[in-house]
Amino acid sequence: MPRPGFVLDVDRSTPPILFWRGENFSLEKLPAGRSRVIYPPEPLPAIDDVDGAIRHALLNPIDQDPLPSQLFPGMRLTIAFDDVSLPLPKMQRPDIRQRVIEAVLDLAAEAGVDDVHIIAALALHRRMTEAELRHAVGDRVYDAFAPRGYLYQHDAEDPAKLEFLGTTPQGEEVEINKRAAESDLLVYVNINLVAMDGGWKSTATGLASYRSLRHHHNPDTMTHSRSFMDQHRSELHKSNWRMGKVLLDSGVKVFQVETTLNTDTFPKPFDFLSKREWEWTARDRMTFLATTKALNRTPHRLARDIFHSIEAPHQMTSVQAGEVEAVHRITTEHVYKQQLVEVKGQTDILTMGIPYISPYNVHSILNPILVQVMAMGYYFNMYRGMPLVREGGVIIMTHPCRPEFNPVHHPSYIDFFEQVLADTTDPHVMSKKWEKQYAEDEWYRHLYRTGYAYHGVHPFYMWYWGTHGMQHCSRVIVVGGDQKTVRRLGFVPASTMDDALEIASDVVGRTPTITHLHTPPLMVADVSL
Amino acid sequence: MRALKISRKPAKFAVARLVSPISASGAAKYGPLDLVNESAPALPTGEGWHRITPRLTGICGSDLSLVEGHASTYFDDWVSFPFVPGHEVVADCDDGRRVVLEPVLGHAARGLALPFDGAAPGDGDNYAHLVGGCLEPGIQTGFCSSTGGGWSTELIAHESQLHAIPDDMSDECAVLVEPAAGGIHAALATWPAVQAALDRGETPVVAVLGAGTMGLCAVAGLRAFAPGVRIVVGARYPHQQALARAFGADVAVPSDELSRAVRREVGCHVVGDHLSGGSHATIDAVGDSSSIAASIKFTRPRGRVVLLGMPAEVTVDLTGLWHRETQLVGAYTYGTETLADGSRRHTFDLAIELARTAQLDRLLSATYRLDEYEQAIAHAAAAGRRGAVKIAFDLRPPHQETR
Repeated sequence: MPRPGFVLDVDRSTPPILFWRGENFSLEKLPAGRSRVIYPPEPLPAIDDVDGAIRHALLNPIDQDPLPSQLFPGMRLTIAFDDVSLPLPKMQRPDIRQRVIEAVLDLAAEAGVDDVHIIAALALHRRMTEAELRHAVGDRVYDAFAPRGYLYQHDAEDPAKLEFLGTTPQGEEVEINKRAAESDLLVYVNINLVAMDGGWKSTATGLASYRSLRHHHNPDTMTHSRSFMDQHRSELHKSNWRMGKVLLDSGVKVFQVETTLNTDTFPKPFDFLSKREWEWTARDRMTFLATTKALNRTPHRLARDIFHSIEAPHQMTSVQAGEVEAVHRITTEHVYKQQLVEVKGQTDILTMGIPYISPYNVHSILNPILVQVMAMGYYFNMYRGMPLVREGGVIIMTHPCRPEFNPVHHPSYIDFFEQVLADTTDPHVMSKKWEKQYAEDEWYRHLYRTGYAYHGVHPFYMWYWGTHGMQHCSRVIVVGGDQKTVRRLGFVPASTMDDALEIASDVVGRTPTITHLHTPPLMVADVSL
Repeated sequence: MRALKISRKPAKFAVARLVSPISASGAAKYGPLDLVNESAPALPTGEGWHRITPRLTGICGSDLSLVEGHASTYFDDWVSFPFVPGHEVVADCDDGRRVVLEPVLGHAARGLALPFDGAAPGDGDNYAHLVGGCLEPGIQTGFCSSTGGGWSTELIAHESQLHAIPDDMSDECAVLVEPAAGGIHAALATWPAVQAALDRGETPVVAVLGAGTMGLCAVAGLRAFAPGVRIVVGARYPHQQALARAFGADVAVPSDELSRAVRREVGCHVVGDHLSGGSHATIDAVGDSSSIAASIKFTRPRGRVVLLGMPAEVTVDLTGLWHRETQLVGAYTYGTETLADGSRRHTFDLAIELARTAQLDRLLSATYRLDEYEQAIAHAAAAGRRGAVKIAFDLRPPHQETR
């Protein structure tokens, strides 16, 4: 049996703890007697017969008729799937999306359905490359559909391919992909890596336009989402669920297929990254030493390429299909089962090591804005109940935070960094003053639609993602980061962890409690008093 | 009189050129510049000549390029050796006035007919007069062996070159009048492109690359005399960016971010390393290969690049200029300007106004005595790095320094 998550109270015998630092790591000694480390649960066992489980889910859906009975000749069937942002790292082939899509296509073929479109649900993310599409859906599906134009990517900026469906009682406009909206059936193929994913967020976000997304991707919504990993306390999710009702009321028929993965994140020889430090073998120690020494001498670009080539040995732990909300309830239980760790009480200082990857820099650079979203948007929000760090507490992260950007993937991020952050770090101010200019910039629009660029407004969304965290904490310290860049983010640079703790003492005193979130692998802290 | 003098000594120019990348003070020490004691220049026979005694004289980029041996050979035939540099001059005139010097040695100074009634020294489309008349060749005071120059305790100037300054204007402000005039002239040289944008109902965007003294004066000139323009400045150093904003720039960014800043202003695309559109006009206040190339890249097709910084030999791929039908125009000194409302004014009159309203004395960072010229040259050569803008020689007797 895999062991559940674990909260280690640090004492004098506790070895130094592993902290990610982008494309490298360090070992940090945390103060004994007042520090604790939260370790994620070990990976749950995988389903043995993945294809059988998928077929069973399609034939025995929840609160909906079996998929074959919803398929008929002459119908328009659209299959949408989560994009390159999931899972992290990308999973070893075959990707779970490929297996679900192939199963759906088999049933469609048996039913004589020949009008099938397959759409990558990008929202405002960058388009996927052919290699990434092939990895997600498999060569067989790609070769059968892409050359004939039936496998393509959602374009949130093509008015001819968007359909306005109405507004929610709160006035939120709902506009999604026209083909998906007009299909007789929309099958959505999801990977639920964290509790935030899935449900109505799949369609109401993944297939939406900027016009629609701006209603929930904004500072007010983010401020009132506590947390993103707790759907019932997340205004982001409530908005998506309201939009889901508009979809249903306007006749969009969705057959939701949701999958969960275990947290088997790193293959050998990087599997030591998932272990608890006191359980490291001599070989693990040697690997750590050799890896860090080598990475210290490796050019950043090469180190990045090495890490992004990692394919995770994730395995599927559940698959369920049918009515969106009913399916998602079960999915969320599976995610929590894998990721939830009970934690008693909040902490004065929350520490975190920021790794090389986020949902928004697959095969790319974790630029400073994405460092911010990883810390304040994701890791801070990895809680249920109450934040791990107390209100007015301090977050200390480790990351080199270099002022490096991928100009192909993140062109508007560069301008955001140069122009917007030079003006303000306040999400509310920037949303009013700058967002529209970036959202409507013709060049960004062009690059999003024809290249591999995130939408012009995307860096704003990334910044908004951290709104709650930034309001909640009184100081954010980056250890080992480029000082000028860290200051541009509104954070405080520190050279070492000791320096960071010294800087934090201005706010939390000289004997603060410290909690380290030992992730990845992913986890959610279930915090209670 | 005491003066810093430059003689035609090719070996010393070569030494200066070799030494200057390592040490600007070394270039001053071992190059063509000498501190001498000698008689003041004789007054020419014509009317209107005065003896003036400098109070403050600025060190200009063109002076530095001479001292460092980098000046173009173009000037060989337009100057006369030996000469005393220094053309940014506020001085006491022998008739009791406190004056600033308009250094161009124009028709009137040389005893020649004006090209038109009321012409300023810089006016006229035939430069023959610059090497003729009653003076040795020289485009300006500070490059002419007949007149002396501002890096001395005495020189001569023609009435046509002198502008009385108000009593309440400090010497520190007045010494910036000449560069201000140059900045205004460049700012107004953008006007055809700015006017065309206004005629199309667009908000004209003018980029300024470089924010040393001339770039900053151009910014102040644009803000004062080019109504309605958005000014985007690329400045290498933070203090230059702050001054650019203080003088009216809407956006001031590090120089290497200027192209992106211009794109953000106009909302165009990027194609390769060129903007698809760009600023309506650009003032290049640097004047080297990379700045000219950059200016062409972010100035819109059929836009105008005004070359304010004095270039020497440059290597630039002009394919973009050809394809984009970019106008590349020089902006040398000043003369008679046509303003936005159609009125015509002498640039120096505008500059005296601007020096006061824009408080240009903020640009004067440090002054040195004449015998401290090596330190002064070193400071001027590293002004940006050292957080400074304009360095000047202080030639006033000690008790007059506060005026």
